[in-house]
Amino acid sequence: MSDLLKLTAVEARAGLDSRAFSSVELTQAYLDAVTATRPLNQFVTETADKALEMAAASDARLAKAEAGLLEGLPLGIKDLFCTKAVQTTACSAILKGFVPEYESHVTDQLWQAGGVLMGKLNCDEFAMGSSNETSVFGPPVNPWSKDGGPALTAGGSSGGSAAAVASRAVLLATGTDTGGSIRQPAAFCGVVGMKPTYGRCSRWGIVAFASSLDQAGTFSRTVADSALMLQAMAGHDPRDSTSANLPLPDCQAAVTAGVKGLKIGIPEEYVMDGMDPAIMALWEQGQKWLVEAGAELVPVSLPHTRYALPCYYIIAPAEASSNLARYDGVCYGLRVEAESLDEMYAATRSAGFGEEVRRRILIGTYALSAGYYDAYYLKAQKVRQLIARDFETAFASVDAILTPATPSAAFALGSKQQDPITMYLNDVFTVPASLAGLPGISVPAGLSEAGLPLGLQVLANKFAEDRVYQVAGALEAAAGFTLAPPRAAGEVQ
Amino acid sequence: MSDKANLVAGRSGPFEVVIGMEVHAQVVSEAKLFSGASAKFGGGPNAHVSLVDAAMPGMLPVINEACVRQAVRTGLGLNAQINLVSVFDRKNYFYADLPQGYQISQFQQPIVGEGSIRIDLADGSSHEIGIERLHLEQDAGKSLHDQHPTKSYIDLNRSGVALMEIVSRPDLRSAEQAAAYIKKLRSILRYIGSCDGNMEEGSLRADVNVSVRRPGAPLGTRTETKNLNSVRFITQAIEYEVQRQIEIIEDGGEIIQETRLFDTQTGMTRAMRSKEDAHDYRYFPDPDLLPLVLEQALVDELAGQLPELPDQIRARMTEEYGLSSYDAAVLTEERETALYYEQASSGQDRKLVANWMTSELFGALNKAGLDLSASPVGPEQLGRLVALVSDGTISGRIAKDVFAEMFESGGEPEQIIEEKGLKQVSDSGAIEALIDQVLADNQDKVDDYRGGKDKLFGFFVGQVMKASGGQANPGMVNQMLKAKLDA
Repeated sequence: MSDLLKLTAVEARAGLDSRAFSSVELTQAYLDAVTATRPLNQFVTETADKALEMAAASDARLAKAEAGLLEGLPLGIKDLFCTKAVQTTACSAILKGFVPEYESHVTDQLWQAGGVLMGKLNCDEFAMGSSNETSVFGPPVNPWSKDGGPALTAGGSSGGSAAAVASRAVLLATGTDTGGSIRQPAAFCGVVGMKPTYGRCSRWGIVAFASSLDQAGTFSRTVADSALMLQAMAGHDPRDSTSANLPLPDCQAAVTAGVKGLKIGIPEEYVMDGMDPAIMALWEQGQKWLVEAGAELVPVSLPHTRYALPCYYIIAPAEASSNLARYDGVCYGLRVEAESLDEMYAATRSAGFGEEVRRRILIGTYALSAGYYDAYYLKAQKVRQLIARDFETAFASVDAILTPATPSAAFALGSKQQDPITMYLNDVFTVPASLAGLPGISVPAGLSEAGLPLGLQVLANKFAEDRVYQVAGALEAAAGFTLAPPRAAGEVQ
Repeated sequence: MSDKANLVAGRSGPFEVVIGMEVHAQVVSEAKLFSGASAKFGGGPNAHVSLVDAAMPGMLPVINEACVRQAVRTGLGLNAQINLVSVFDRKNYFYADLPQGYQISQFQQPIVGEGSIRIDLADGSSHEIGIERLHLEQDAGKSLHDQHPTKSYIDLNRSGVALMEIVSRPDLRSAEQAAAYIKKLRSILRYIGSCDGNMEEGSLRADVNVSVRRPGAPLGTRTETKNLNSVRFITQAIEYEVQRQIEIIEDGGEIIQETRLFDTQTGMTRAMRSKEDAHDYRYFPDPDLLPLVLEQALVDELAGQLPELPDQIRARMTEEYGLSSYDAAVLTEERETALYYEQASSGQDRKLVANWMTSELFGALNKAGLDLSASPVGPEQLGRLVALVSDGTISGRIAKDVFAEMFESGGEPEQIIEEKGLKQVSDSGAIEALIDQVLADNQDKVDDYRGGKDKLFGFFVGQVMKASGGQANPGMVNQMLKAKLDA
């Protein structure tokens, strides 16, 4: 592996600043890695020429000492973010060939900070899925998949982002998290995945799945890299009415601030049948690490946790059923011609949407229908408030909450596609915080018996991302997880 | 409570008509309700379309504060409750000129709650019509089906333009009341400046809910006739619908709750879709928008800046100037008219000026097809003309000729009177000479009159006036003629 690929984002920034290497050199090393990892199907659009152009521009700014936070760093962008003049598909047939005339707020911030676009990354269709298998481009392969063994899922929906960061095809990547779409794939791929507070990053220009839940976040190999990237991404945007006009706390400083004196909540409800014993063991290990670092453990109860999944699978599809109505074959995207307008809608949407997306549109349409609205959507909204209140109560007495990130390690592609419910269970530990709009991070902390990465999740109160980074930094330091996956660029394959 | 005057006769007895109206008023604003695109009428097809209006992926709505202010101001003008917290909902349905696949509207929590409008009718009666609510919503685009043999064209210029939907209580009892209601509502909107009220361009259009019932009976089944864009169409549609419903009921049939369309060519309504075919709009709060929260201070500020409204001016006209409430309603319908009247009648006989405006001026404008703003006779000129009548300089009849001349040439009344020598003759010697001449020329009729044919008196007056070229003071002619004949 090129030594450049081994650097963290923070290290690479320092190397660029000291002119140890140029952005063009760094970018070229990563472009080679993109080529080398093509079999993993991480990218849906590669932008090599643009990357080299942007890298050259970064070098010019570095030379003039006008460098931004992410100057010259190769980034991958989930294909849910609209990127000007670069195809954006949400990994759906209905948007194949769609080239936006605008740049999402988040990616615009990243380019202003000097980031270099390597290309668009694979994800589940409209971010609906937990294994990235609903992508019209087929799933990415988890770089932790072993030679001769089954191809493993990279998780979802941001599977391409997690895989690309893990396989060293990009240094940093964006993701979006609606019910766990950043934290779960990060855990499966052994990287750091951060979902900030709902409202922290603008949703403007991100293809919508469920508006009240969608939130952009980061993929990185270290906690410090995540904090660096978030600082570039976050910020108020008047074009998003739900964007918060609050300053981001100093997350980069928080990474090394330690957890001495912090109270860490351990929720009694985050245990489920059939959970990998290695995950239970890792959770206990994580608690021990934090105590050793000076934190105090506090048992907390989040009594409505078990209602979170059903609640989520009403609210998210309900919003999606309405958000996806715009893909109707009229203004842009796929159109399948037919005799009448209604037939054109049906033909276009049947051809353009995959099975899981169609399922969620149907569920959501049903949940909002006259006569069912009160029983489903309204009730789910009430449950959502109870879940949020559970966390409010807990955060009155603790600074952060520690949970496992997922109930299992990465599973084989194709193994859970038959039963949507088993698939939905993957989000059991991540969905409650999404419903409450809380920030959460997944930190790689150990390996399963099969040698697959496992993650721990840290949650904190709204807009307390610094707390998340404090605890994540301590876990990272204690766990010392620095392994590269077997199928990373340059590793023996 | 049924008002006998408004009952409609059927073959089998009287019916009471019950009408409620939903009016869509386009908000006067620079930009659309949730995007920065221009809200102007016209422009080339798709010239006023932002990424948000075209519902491009990832685009988000942001509320236009100017539209919110207009809705609050309108609510204040309707004496309505302003809701400090309101919520925008999505109304989901598919149509080619609705790019989002939903309309953002307000369903359960509108920005404005209950209010009322007072209407004044020609018979002198006044009625309070309840307003149920006013909410903000997006307009849709336009589908053009006649531009191509097999395709429809879509123009999104209207897509996302802010509308206020103003819903009345079913308090209207006749087409006349409905017409008065829409005129009054339009008037209030135009005084406030929140809607230009241009019905031809579609800035103001009404859906009319009509049902009939036997006096005192529970409400009948209603039909909704959509998208009426003139007072005349509203009146026609209601009258047609009332007759249609009465006939059905008298023939033993039942009214079907349905949406109907009005055919402007035939003046008839026809069924569009029945309740069974109605969409399930799957309303739910728009997760892209936070609840709209207003500060009471803003509402107070807007209330303080509201212009004088027609009812306030009408009250002054009836209480201080002694006008009938109908005349006052006519004079206050347009703010411009009220201002004209105030100016013309200042220091003059208020009632006389009102009569001159509602009969002569409006008649002449109507005939010439002119708006008041283009009137050749300005308010001060009209005021001076009325003053010349009041002080006896000219007679009322002569004044009409002078007015016609003023309207024609734009000249000043004094000058026209001077040039044409139209000044009223009030010199008793001159009038007496004229009378003597007329009596001498018609001795036979004088004898008849004295023999008991009283009716001939009018003949003598006419002859004297004619001899004076119309300029003799008619009061004096009457008085002096009577004295001479009866002597």
